[in-house]
Amino acid sequence: MGAARDIIIAGLLLGGIYALIAAGLSLQYGVARVLNVAHGEFIMIGAFITWWLFTNVSFDPLISIVITGPVTFVLGILLYRFVYRKIMVDSPTIEVFEGKSMLAAFGMLYVVQNIARWIWGSNTYAYQYMATSVTGARIPLNRLVALGVVVVVAAAFYVFLSHTRLGKAIRASALDPTTAGLVGVNVYRVLGICFGLGLAMAGIAGSLLSILYSVNTSMGLGYTVIALIVVVLGGLGSIQGAFIGGIFLGLMSSLVSYFQPSMTMIAYYVVFILLLLIRPKGIMGK
Amino acid sequence: MKRTSPLSSRNISLALLGIVFVLLAILPQLTEAYIVVLLSDILKFIVLTVAWVIFAGPTGYISLASAAFYGVGLYTAAILNADMPFPLVVILAGVFCFIVALGVGALTLRLKGVYFTIFTFGLVQLLYYAVAEVERIATGKRGRFVSTENTETVYYAMFILTVLVLVTAVLIRRSRHGLALRSIGEYEQAAEHSGVNVIWTKVLVFAGSSVFMGMAGAIVATRRAYIDPGIAFDLNVTFMPVLMAILGGMTNLIGPVIGAAVFAYLGEFLLTRLPDLYMLVFGAVMVLAILFFPQGLWGLLAQGWSKLRGGRRAPA
Repeated sequence: MGAARDIIIAGLLLGGIYALIAAGLSLQYGVARVLNVAHGEFIMIGAFITWWLFTNVSFDPLISIVITGPVTFVLGILLYRFVYRKIMVDSPTIEVFEGKSMLAAFGMLYVVQNIARWIWGSNTYAYQYMATSVTGARIPLNRLVALGVVVVVAAAFYVFLSHTRLGKAIRASALDPTTAGLVGVNVYRVLGICFGLGLAMAGIAGSLLSILYSVNTSMGLGYTVIALIVVVLGGLGSIQGAFIGGIFLGLMSSLVSYFQPSMTMIAYYVVFILLLLIRPKGIMGK
Repeated sequence: MKRTSPLSSRNISLALLGIVFVLLAILPQLTEAYIVVLLSDILKFIVLTVAWVIFAGPTGYISLASAAFYGVGLYTAAILNADMPFPLVVILAGVFCFIVALGVGALTLRLKGVYFTIFTFGLVQLLYYAVAEVERIATGKRGRFVSTENTETVYYAMFILTVLVLVTAVLIRRSRHGLALRSIGEYEQAAEHSGVNVIWTKVLVFAGSSVFMGMAGAIVATRRAYIDPGIAFDLNVTFMPVLMAILGGMTNLIGPVIGAAVFAYLGEFLLTRLPDLYMLVFGAVMVLAILFFPQGLWGLLAQGWSKLRGGRRAPA
C-alpha cells in the first residue's frame, strides 16, 4: 500500500514537469508548426542559468524562473524572427516548411549545445536546495514545490489562452492561419510569440529540473525525446493532451523504475512505438 | 535536341567520372595509410548520404533511422566476423537490415510525414537502450571486440559499396519505381489514384536503401576493433548524412556526393584542429544552408555555371 502510494506520488511529481516540457513543444508545433527538436537545449539553458545564479550569487532557484522564462522567451522570438519566419516565407507548402524547419532545429540543437559546452564545459554540476523530505511519504520538499510551480504556470497559461485577446489570436492562428490573417491577426507575430512561449516553458522547466537533478550540457536531448513521446501520446499540437500525456508518462516511469530502473527508457519507447502504430493521432488528437 | 559530338558535356562528365573511379581504385598502391583511412571515411559518408537520398530525395520523407541500420551492421560484424569470411558478414549485415527495415517500413510508412520522422528518431534510441540492456544481462559488459581487417581491405570494401550504391541510385531513379517515388513525393494521393502501389513502393525502396547503411556499418566495424551501443547507435550517424545531403543539394545525385565528400573532409579537418568548434560549425552551416542555399552546393555551382554561359536558366 505504501509502495503504491509512493509510486503514484513520485509519478505525479515527475509527470508535472514532463507535462510542462511537452506543452511547450506542443505549442511550438501546434501553432508555429516547428517541430523543435532543439527544445531540450533550452531546458539545459534554463537549468544552467539557474545553477549559475545559485552557486555564484546565491540567487533563489525558484525566483530565477522570472529570469529564465523571459530570457528563453526572447531567444524564441529572435529565433523565430530570423530563422523560422524566413523558412516559412520561402516554403511553398506547410509540409515543406515542417520538414525544413525541423532540420533547421537540428542545426540549432548543435549550435546551442556547443555554445553551452564552450561556456560551461562538459562537467556535471549539482546543488542542494530544499532537499528535505516532507512528513509521511518520503517526498522531497523541492519536488512538491516544483509541481506547485508547474500548476501555477499551467493555470496562468490557460487563463492567458482563454481570456485574453492575444490568446484568442493564438487559438485562431492554430486553427487556420490564413483566415486568421484575413481577419486582421498579425500571424507572424502570433506564431513568433507562440514559439517564444514554448521556449519559455522549456526554460522554466529547466530551472525546476536543476533543483531536482544534476545538470550538464548534454542533458537536453533526453528531455527532447521525452517531450516528443509525451506530445505524441497526447496528440501533436494539443496542450491538454500534453498535460495528460505528461502525467501518464510520469506515472509509468515511476512504476517501471520501482521494479527495474534500467528499463525505464525502453518502456517509454515501447509505449511510444505502440501508440504511434495503434493511434498516431494521440489521446486527444482529432 | 540531341548532340552527338564526342565532346558533349555528357561525355565529358562520364569520362571524368571514369577517371575518378580508376584513381580511387588504384589509390592504396600510390599513397600512405593515413590518406587511405581518410578516404574510406569519406566513402562511408558518401554511402550513407546517397543511401539516405535514394529514399528521402524523391519522397520527401525524412528518415532519421540511418543510425539504427548502421548500428545493426556494426553489431552483425561484431558477432559474426570472427567465425565467417568478411564478404559474407557484410552481405549478411545487408540482409538483416533489409529484414528490419521491411518490418519498420511496413509498420510506419503508413504514417504521414512528421510521425514517420519521430518514429524513426525513436527507433535509434530504442535500439540503443535495448541493445545496452541485452548486453548487460547476457554478457555483463558494455561493449564488444570486433576481429579486424586490414586498412586496404576496408578501403576496397567501402569502394565497392560506394560504386554499388551509386549504380543502384541511378538505376532506381531511371526505373518506374523512381518515377513512382517522385510522384509520391509530389502528391501521394494522386499517385495512389494513378495506380502506384504507394505503400509497397515506399517500403521496398526504404528497405533497399537501408541495406547499404547496414553494409557500411559492418565494414566500419572491422576497422574500429571495439564497439558499444553508444558507438553503434550514435545519432550523429543519422544527422550527418542528412546535413551532407542538404548542403550538397538534393535535386540530383552529384549534390549528395559532393556534400558528403566536402563535409567529411571538412569534418576531419575541424576535428583534428578545432575539436571544440567542430559540431558548432556544423550546426551553424546547416541552419545557414537551409536559410540561404536551399539548392545546396550543387545548386550554387549550377547557377554559377549558367551565369558563365550566359543567361540560360539553371537546371532545376
